[in-house]
Amino acid sequence: MSLYLRPSELQEALAALAEAPVTIAAGCTDLFPATEAPALSGPVLDITAIGALRGIVRTAAGWRIGATTSWTEIAGADLPAGFDMLRQAARQVGALQIQNAGTIAGNLCNASPAADGVPPLLALGAEVELASARGTRRLPLAAFLQGPRRTARQADELMVAVHVPAEAGQGASRFLKLGARNSLVISIAMVAVRVAAAEGRATEVALAVGACGPLAVRLPGAEAALHGVSLADLAAALPAAEVAAALAPIDDIRADAAYRVTAADELLRRGLAEVAEALA
Amino acid sequence: MKDAAGITVTVNGTPTVLGVAPGRRLSEALREELGLRGTKVGCDAGDCGACTVLLDGAPVCACLTPSVQAEGRDLRTVEGLAEIRSELQAAFLRHGAAQCGICTPGMLMAAAALLQANAAPTRAEVETALGGVLCRCTGYAKIVTAILDAAGQGLRPAPQAAPAAGQAVGARIERLDGGPKVDGREAFGADIAPERALWVRAVRAPHFAARFSLGDVTGWAAARGVMVFTAADMPGRNLFGVIPDCADQPALAAGRIRMRGEAVAAIAGERARVEALSFDDFPVDWQEETALLDPAAARAGGAALLHADRPENILIGGLVHSGDPEAGLAAAAHVAEGAAETPFVEHAYIEPEAGAAWMEAGTLVIQACTQAPVMDRDDIAGLMGLPPEQVRVIPSAIGGGFGSKLDLSLQPLIGLVALKTGRPARMIYSRRESMATTTKRHPARMTARAGVDAAGRLLAMEFDGDFDTGAYASWGPTVAVRVPVHASGPYRIPNYHAEARAVHTNGPPSGAFRGFGVPQAGILQETLFDDLAERAGMDRLAFRRLNALRDGDRSVCGQEMQGVGIGDCLEALQQPWDEALAAAEAFNAAHEGLRRGVGVASCWYGCGNTGMPNPSTMRLGITVGGRLRLHQGATDIGQGSNTVIPQICADALGVPLDQFDFVGPDTALTPDAGKTSASRQTVVSGNAALKAGQALRARLLAMTNMGAAAEIGFAPGVVIVSDGAQRRQIDLKALPVDAHGYAIAVEESYDPPTEALDENGQGRPYAVYGYGAHLAEVEVDMTLGTVRVIRLTAAHDLGQVINPLLAEGQIEGGVAQGLGLALMEEFIPGRTENLHDYLIPTVGDMPEIRPILIETPDPEGPYGAKGLGEHALIPTAPAILNAIRHASGAKVTRLPALPHRVLAAIREARG
Repeated sequence: MSLYLRPSELQEALAALAEAPVTIAAGCTDLFPATEAPALSGPVLDITAIGALRGIVRTAAGWRIGATTSWTEIAGADLPAGFDMLRQAARQVGALQIQNAGTIAGNLCNASPAADGVPPLLALGAEVELASARGTRRLPLAAFLQGPRRTARQADELMVAVHVPAEAGQGASRFLKLGARNSLVISIAMVAVRVAAAEGRATEVALAVGACGPLAVRLPGAEAALHGVSLADLAAALPAAEVAAALAPIDDIRADAAYRVTAADELLRRGLAEVAEALA
Repeated sequence: MKDAAGITVTVNGTPTVLGVAPGRRLSEALREELGLRGTKVGCDAGDCGACTVLLDGAPVCACLTPSVQAEGRDLRTVEGLAEIRSELQAAFLRHGAAQCGICTPGMLMAAAALLQANAAPTRAEVETALGGVLCRCTGYAKIVTAILDAAGQGLRPAPQAAPAAGQAVGARIERLDGGPKVDGREAFGADIAPERALWVRAVRAPHFAARFSLGDVTGWAAARGVMVFTAADMPGRNLFGVIPDCADQPALAAGRIRMRGEAVAAIAGERARVEALSFDDFPVDWQEETALLDPAAARAGGAALLHADRPENILIGGLVHSGDPEAGLAAAAHVAEGAAETPFVEHAYIEPEAGAAWMEAGTLVIQACTQAPVMDRDDIAGLMGLPPEQVRVIPSAIGGGFGSKLDLSLQPLIGLVALKTGRPARMIYSRRESMATTTKRHPARMTARAGVDAAGRLLAMEFDGDFDTGAYASWGPTVAVRVPVHASGPYRIPNYHAEARAVHTNGPPSGAFRGFGVPQAGILQETLFDDLAERAGMDRLAFRRLNALRDGDRSVCGQEMQGVGIGDCLEALQQPWDEALAAAEAFNAAHEGLRRGVGVASCWYGCGNTGMPNPSTMRLGITVGGRLRLHQGATDIGQGSNTVIPQICADALGVPLDQFDFVGPDTALTPDAGKTSASRQTVVSGNAALKAGQALRARLLAMTNMGAAAEIGFAPGVVIVSDGAQRRQIDLKALPVDAHGYAIAVEESYDPPTEALDENGQGRPYAVYGYGAHLAEVEVDMTLGTVRVIRLTAAHDLGQVINPLLAEGQIEGGVAQGLGLALMEEFIPGRTENLHDYLIPTVGDMPEIRPILIETPDPEGPYGAKGLGEHALIPTAPAILNAIRHASGAKVTRLPALPHRVLAAIREARG
């Protein structure tokens, strides 16, 4: 029988990671589909019994979302409107069965270009907290994700939490996902849009697009162009060239690259229009 | 820190210790450790939801849950559902929400989780709750209705008394075999688990085309404590195929593979050893060859031949020619031409192939999922070098088939292991194995041309199609023959020429899939007819009604048609059509960016084999003890033959259904009722059941010298025949017992009266046809190219409805598969061998479906009945495509109509 560890304390987990490389398991909604075997092959470090890794708390600086917080917990969490896009994404990670098991850290560490959690967390300016026996460090999510299936996590590190700064909770937000069917679908394109406004004008705009390149990305050029724009004009003012320039989509079985750019652009406009309406 | 051994879980209320490795899938622990096989496994990837169980009340996929994560928690499976939500099970039966039953436990548990949390859910909430469970049979409609009923949200039909003698045909009764489907007892292929069974896995080819030589496989196996079997071990002729004259597929490849995933060796041994094996170091030397994956390339001169005796890689061609199509087109006032291309389509039943084999007194017994037990028996006997009577095939419950389970899959491998070792053998295909290696719908590349006179009457049509039949023959010949016969649609076309060819490539074998090529042909023909209607300046429904076949017309095969119901189907759509057109127009006037449209398409489909015999035989016996038994060998793959055939037989015999016991299917116990295919069981096996019922009735009346109106009843040891005046008894103990153990028995066969087609495809290919027409209402997002089907009105002529509940279920399920064909399904060999890259419709993709059942009796069908199974799928895709075009102008000629293709077509239409 291969080694399967399921500690209840974080320090035990970090000690195990310091000793030898292990497969970190949480919701297992990506680990099991990657194998046809009837069991996970070890050594496995199952972190779901570590109570300290689960749940969402308000901190002085913002919010701390524990690594093993499930998508169902996120979808039902009492969070301000800036998080609406994250809660909407949570309801579209697979279906309920996946949302009940799948975790936020698993979604990020799996580093799929089509991970539903990434665009909203990018648009929330999230940071990830990595812990090891050597200490802890925090990285912006955009720096943590390095490519398809590649992250900045060292072999002895464990993602313990996702942090969202307080100011990101402001404004209104929207997540839109486009696929070829209704549920249980891998995105052709998806967007997260968050806008804060004052006196009818956008004071802060965060835009992120997923499934349109090797990594989900923020769109700083387009965001800058929308600063100060009146809410009524927000969708129309989205600079198409900035959107297209920020994306690097591919042709695949779900859609061609050109279509993805068109779709991302349109979804961003719809997201902006909906957010503007919510803020108006 | 712990390395758990023994996981304590409360399973269905009982504290239970699981003695499995902590990282073992919970589905495995439940099924193999606890024997709770009601939890089904469809994909091992969280894509299908069949394994949904409740952990502390929340639905999770047991296949994605390490067993240790259930430690200390409350786990509920379908076996424990009755204690908390038995009303769900009753509602599923009442509404026909379980067809094959493989997704049913997952659906029930997902629904139970919803109702535990929300006693009065809305339809939208039900759909959200079911979004993670795939069903391939029902189209979800009856599942949603059943859950709303169970929650007391209306929709409960008035209770009905069981039909009296002679009243079964036409009765809306629950399926007779439904109970085990809702309580977890149904035993599908993976649930057949003989003690001490060897576990079997296949070593499969990583290439599309290659030669290979095997190294020291015996040494490899011995070093790992397992056994290995190769082509050299096959005792008989190492070729199989559903059409004996074309049998060309080795059960284990010998020196050459023609498709990816082809099996080159079977490995057997103790389960833990076999499942832990990696085949990466299996001693096989591959010499990869250039693969032919495109039918045009395969036909081109100089292309390597997949089978030496099939020039141009053409397996077979089919042809129908009548009148003078060239002259007809020349004389036409309006001509339209078009082309269409469809991809491989995967059956995507939720049950991957599985089963077990064992030896019993010198007979090889195979219990596995199949649609064709007697064909399986004969083919396995040939492979094993056994006489057919030394092979017994017992179909397990079948978790969806749709045509693919007509072909052998794992049976030769487990059969070989059982035969060679004398030990039971078990095998369960992985989802990837199932999708990569079993048959598909033929990809088609088709062109057609048709012309009408100035009044819009069809004068002539030409059709030509290449159908990619993949590496092996399978049902390619059937497709090549069926397509030209049906490519006219149910219309009167005096001048006609249609050709179809089955072309080999190194793709997976294309075989039977609900419609045998007719759905592909219908896509081109029905979209082309929209062009013709437009050119003729006619309403599209009026065009079809004008040209629809009528009684006494001749088909393109020269057959004089009777009992033609297409006109009635189209007439039934007239009012919905008028309303839908008006609604779309009003919507479009009030909206920008979204456009609604309406489309219509027809179908016809001949029931049974094309111009070839396909008899069914039924046996009815009365035991000495006075029990009535129907030996019913037709496999029920969810479509309902276990209910429909008894309904027919009961009325023919004149007794209520509850008097029957049922036997089979089992090649040792039931006479051959043929394959469950070609929409033939209601018509062909139904007629055999009708004849058997009539024959037994005649015998009993003759034995008692009673009149035709007498009533028949059974009591211990006697048959009672009575009318108002007299009551006579047959003392069963006084009669000699026959070879099957019956005091009285009859066996009757029926073979549809057909005639072989001549060199021009003229003849009488089918004795009975069914008809249908669908009306699709869609909404197209003009910026994103996405399509939402809003409503699908489906009129089907069944001749005589045997069971409206089951008929509606067939229609709803057919519509779901047709919608998938139109909008999302595309199997790409090597790329989409799972259920997240290969998409089938989920509950939220389905429109409202309005079935309309038409009864235009057929002179040949039992009580006038016609087939339905395949008809239900055929018109859906072209109706949707026609509606997309009506809404948006987009003419999509390559399926599926994915958003990027629709958007490109919208832009092209705008010029």
